[in-house]
Amino acid sequence: MNFLRLSLLASITVFAVDVSAGAEPHWAFVPPKRPVPPQVSASAWPRITIDRFVLKRIEDAGEHPSPEADWTALVRRLHLDLTGLSPTLAEIAAFESDYKIDPDAAYTKRVDRLLASPHFGEKWARWWMDLSHYGDSDGYLTDQLRPVAWRWRQWVVEAFNRNLPFDRFTIEQLAGDLLPNATTQQSIATGFLRNTLSNREGGADLEEYRVLQVKDRTGTFGTVWLGLTVACAQCHDHKYDPVSQKEFYELYAFFNNADELNINAPLPDEAVNYAAAKKVYDKERRELLAPVAPCLAKLQDRWEAKLLDTEAHPGRDHLWDRELELIGLVWGGQLGEGQLEGLNIVYKPRSERTFTERDRLQDYFLRSGSRIDEEKFKELKISELVSQLDELKKALPHVTRAPTMVQHHEYRPTHLHIRGNFRQSGAETRPGVLAVLHASKATGTPTRLNLARWVVASDNPMTARVTVNRLWQELFGQGLVTTPDDFGTRSNPPSHPALLDWLATEFVRRDWDMKAMLKLMATSATYRQDSRQQIDDPENVLLARYSRQRLSAELIRDNTLEVSGLLNRTLGGPSVRPPQPESVIKESFEAKWNVSEGADQYRRGLYTFIQRSAPFGQLVTFDFPDNNQACTRRERSNTPLQALTLLNDPVFFSAAQALASRILHEDGQSDHARLGHAFRLCLARAPQPGEVARLAEYLDTQAAILNDDSEAAKAMAGDTPGDCGLAKRAAWVGVASVLLNLDEFITKQ
Amino acid sequence: MMMDEHTLGQFQSRRRFLQETACGLGSIALWQLMADEAIAKPHFAPRAKNVIFLFMPGAPSQLDLMDPKPAMQKYHGQPVPAHMLDGLDDGLIRGSARIFASPRTFQQYGQSGMAYSDYIPHLGKIADDICLIRSMHTDIANHTPAQLLMNCGLPVFGHPSMGSWVSYGLGSENQNLPGFVVMTSNSGSGIDAGTANWSSGFLPSEHRGVTFRASADPVLHLRSPKGVSAASQRARLDAIGDLNRIHQTKVGDPEIASRIAAYEMAFRMQSAAPELLDFSGETKATREMYGIDNDTTRAFSTNCLLARRMVERGVRFVQLYHSTWDDHSNLNTKLKENCDMTDRGAVALVMDLKQRGLLDETLVVWGGEFGRTPMNEVRRGNTLGKEGRDHHPFAFSMWLAGGGIKPGQIIGGTDELGYHITRDPIHVHDLQATLLHCLGLNHEHLTFRHQGRDFRLTDVSGEVMTKLLA
Repeated sequence: MNFLRLSLLASITVFAVDVSAGAEPHWAFVPPKRPVPPQVSASAWPRITIDRFVLKRIEDAGEHPSPEADWTALVRRLHLDLTGLSPTLAEIAAFESDYKIDPDAAYTKRVDRLLASPHFGEKWARWWMDLSHYGDSDGYLTDQLRPVAWRWRQWVVEAFNRNLPFDRFTIEQLAGDLLPNATTQQSIATGFLRNTLSNREGGADLEEYRVLQVKDRTGTFGTVWLGLTVACAQCHDHKYDPVSQKEFYELYAFFNNADELNINAPLPDEAVNYAAAKKVYDKERRELLAPVAPCLAKLQDRWEAKLLDTEAHPGRDHLWDRELELIGLVWGGQLGEGQLEGLNIVYKPRSERTFTERDRLQDYFLRSGSRIDEEKFKELKISELVSQLDELKKALPHVTRAPTMVQHHEYRPTHLHIRGNFRQSGAETRPGVLAVLHASKATGTPTRLNLARWVVASDNPMTARVTVNRLWQELFGQGLVTTPDDFGTRSNPPSHPALLDWLATEFVRRDWDMKAMLKLMATSATYRQDSRQQIDDPENVLLARYSRQRLSAELIRDNTLEVSGLLNRTLGGPSVRPPQPESVIKESFEAKWNVSEGADQYRRGLYTFIQRSAPFGQLVTFDFPDNNQACTRRERSNTPLQALTLLNDPVFFSAAQALASRILHEDGQSDHARLGHAFRLCLARAPQPGEVARLAEYLDTQAAILNDDSEAAKAMAGDTPGDCGLAKRAAWVGVASVLLNLDEFITKQ
Repeated sequence: MMMDEHTLGQFQSRRRFLQETACGLGSIALWQLMADEAIAKPHFAPRAKNVIFLFMPGAPSQLDLMDPKPAMQKYHGQPVPAHMLDGLDDGLIRGSARIFASPRTFQQYGQSGMAYSDYIPHLGKIADDICLIRSMHTDIANHTPAQLLMNCGLPVFGHPSMGSWVSYGLGSENQNLPGFVVMTSNSGSGIDAGTANWSSGFLPSEHRGVTFRASADPVLHLRSPKGVSAASQRARLDAIGDLNRIHQTKVGDPEIASRIAAYEMAFRMQSAAPELLDFSGETKATREMYGIDNDTTRAFSTNCLLARRMVERGVRFVQLYHSTWDDHSNLNTKLKENCDMTDRGAVALVMDLKQRGLLDETLVVWGGEFGRTPMNEVRRGNTLGKEGRDHHPFAFSMWLAGGGIKPGQIIGGTDELGYHITRDPIHVHDLQATLLHCLGLNHEHLTFRHQGRDFRLTDVSGEVMTKLLA
């Protein structure tokens, strides 16, 4: 039967016609040319160039743009987009008074202020974390903790805040370790590549999972910077795009030469004491080990040789197979240390090992190497030495470590994996870039640094387009290209091709300045439109209004905590574990969740610990992505489970109690005045009369229900203060909860 | 209920009219009105009322489960015969792949003599209740697009899933539970196409599949906070709903109507779901039959039992995902693991539905997005026993049971290696057309106008396969 064969062939043939035989090359592979902004009829409407491209399309469709949104909507929109937090009452008031004097000046001033806010970095770091598929654990079955993964997140927050240009942002994350005189911070940037999963499960094949990590890094690189599904080419040539299997392994060759390594990266307050104490420690350690040193060195030589021999001949001795597995997979587990760190030292010729490497391997050997000669270990009283070493270590001040990447100590050759199978080596592939794109300027054997420089070269047709499209998507809810992960031949064509190219060229022209691009977008007339649906364009392809967008999981929580006064605005630091239902915790292999104490329960969502096998319940309910791979676009679903969370989750209900306290505390006026105050707190606008009336009606109804049930009223009111009587206080908690459940509250509009 | 965005708009303005005049009626009455309105009529008399789709992402190996090929033995270790590859240009076929005869043993069951492997010893018990299809085929051999094709009718993101279409076309019989529920279990890996498999696409988002969590607590936060009685909860919801409605008249976003509906559903689930999730009324025999108390079968079987309880209560479309069957290597151990986890529950489900008289009105479907190759794929070296199989879109097996399906028959066949279909090919769209037919829906008429075009589940093809029907 050949019926299917025919249909498959037919589609392949159609495809072949598309890209070959002198047909136009796919638009995304051609470098953007700076387009001339089109002429428009309503010439008063555009504020900046962006708007002319948008207006042209609207006018061509015979429609009109929407009027500018109310100032209250604008200020909330700006705050949510740029910092992820709604404006405080003081911020609203300040904006209002400025706006009444000079709306445009007030608007620009606010945009500038928000771009300068430290919370800007938090908002945009989370966007970048989705792309990197950040997690605080290894993934896979055992899903061990990565307690220092946050160091990279911190770097990202700070990078956004100091407006590190996107080309440098890119170079440091892909190859910061290879920069001349690389700083610790530049090494920490390479933590981007450490968000790949690690399998530490017994029996996992060391090379198999190393290869999987390299493939993930290659694929993530392709998705994030090139907007191409290069990972599709790991088993065979890409079915649709001009990416051959050979080219996949040429990209792979760059990452194949990068090893995981955790380094000492002292926090500002740790740096001071450590250096001095370390000197003392090193001296004492040397003295302690001196008597056995020669003997120990010989033993360790034998041990290392045995490990290497075991690797070359697996299956001969299962006990040594296990030893190899332990140093390979388990080294540094639960501490989030890099995989194969220990073995990489073993591979390195002794003369090339650094002082730190020698010590680390020796430390491991002393603790775990006795299988080489149990008798000798006893004779040398190694276990006593280890206890003494442990004592010495106690005197060392703690230094926080950070996950990074480093170059393998020698060039690790890459071979194409036939059919994607790493055990079936094809021809050798050297590091190289995609032929369909611009050429690389690198000479010799290029490294990750060359790759990083290539990807942000000004003649790269992809990176700028892909990135501005994602910035646009974050503000407007949908990219100009609606397939943000794929700009290849199967992508959706851009809704506004000229605008996309204008933005891409502008990005490069402005030296990859992300804040400048966001400012452009946020100050456009396009952005400032009202969100009311006036014309029949449900997807808002024309951009003739602003699209309402439900907030992300993190922002819903952040804003609930913020308006209720519970939010802890502390910037940065390790991940936290807010309370959540026991059943979620039990889903993970680890099944432990030591709830953070005090104010740490109220940190922003981006700091919530991501246990990959059982992500935080509230995040999942609100479409937190599968963070085992790059997420280029969050879903925005609308489900009863979300309603249950906002109505009943103890965290959200206690926020309602806190908000009620604020309402009753901060403004001791009439019920109506309080309602207006509450409304402004939550939605940054004054209520309409109908809204106040409905809330007031509810306040009375709720109080009446509770009048006869003081037990219930007590439970509902919590610690809410005030002198209006128990039932009334509880009813105010109800009012607060109603506001926190409104569609408008969890929506940017 | 055939609608386009225009009539949907009218429907919504009617809704809005009802909402705006609702103060006198009381919100509960309004919601009753809307609920009645939501029950749409099928196109013709249906054979089935509900669907339980046991979807097996990753693609189970039909050759090791239900399409035995004794002739493979004689080709074992040899390249695929050239005549089978004639003219076939596909990335999945590599010259080096050798035929891998199934190491499984098969046994025949039932009057039709269906053969099942030793990995699924339970399935034979319902051989006379199911219709086995050995001639399924699909268009694409990558997981994500193929899963989307199977579930949403097109190999791209953004289209409504089958459950959403059914919920949209027929409404829900139980206003207290979602019309389309999704439950997942796994043997360590997730689902390639993820939540897009149960997306409502361009249909109103209340038709999206609602995912129950795979844990002891399938729906989080079902209980109202302490001190919030049912009356208080109702009052809170009415206020939220009314304020949302006021805002909707201002901004005109249909998403707000969906939010209101989601809140109402949440409220009703608070009373209906605890009873649904409470297994205390199930007999010991039932628990035993499903394997609820067995560590291996618990996850999937619990979902199966929940599925039965859902259709009993009028949930229209229940979909179970058990991932992943993507056995490129270690087929012998990994396939067994998944079979051990799922065979018992799936079979118990059909038997249980039958003994309760529910099978006639419930359509049960089992299958993945494609099949697996007759050749091996050895990713961990040529170690014997670690063989796996690659993706195979040209022929795979599925089974159906219940509502409107003719039981005890085998449909279609494949060549001596299971490489190509030899008779009665059934494309994914044909299957979808047939499932809708059983529900009384004409797949060509169940459409929705979106961006100027009428879309349907079966895209532009699909035929009702009358051979499958009772």
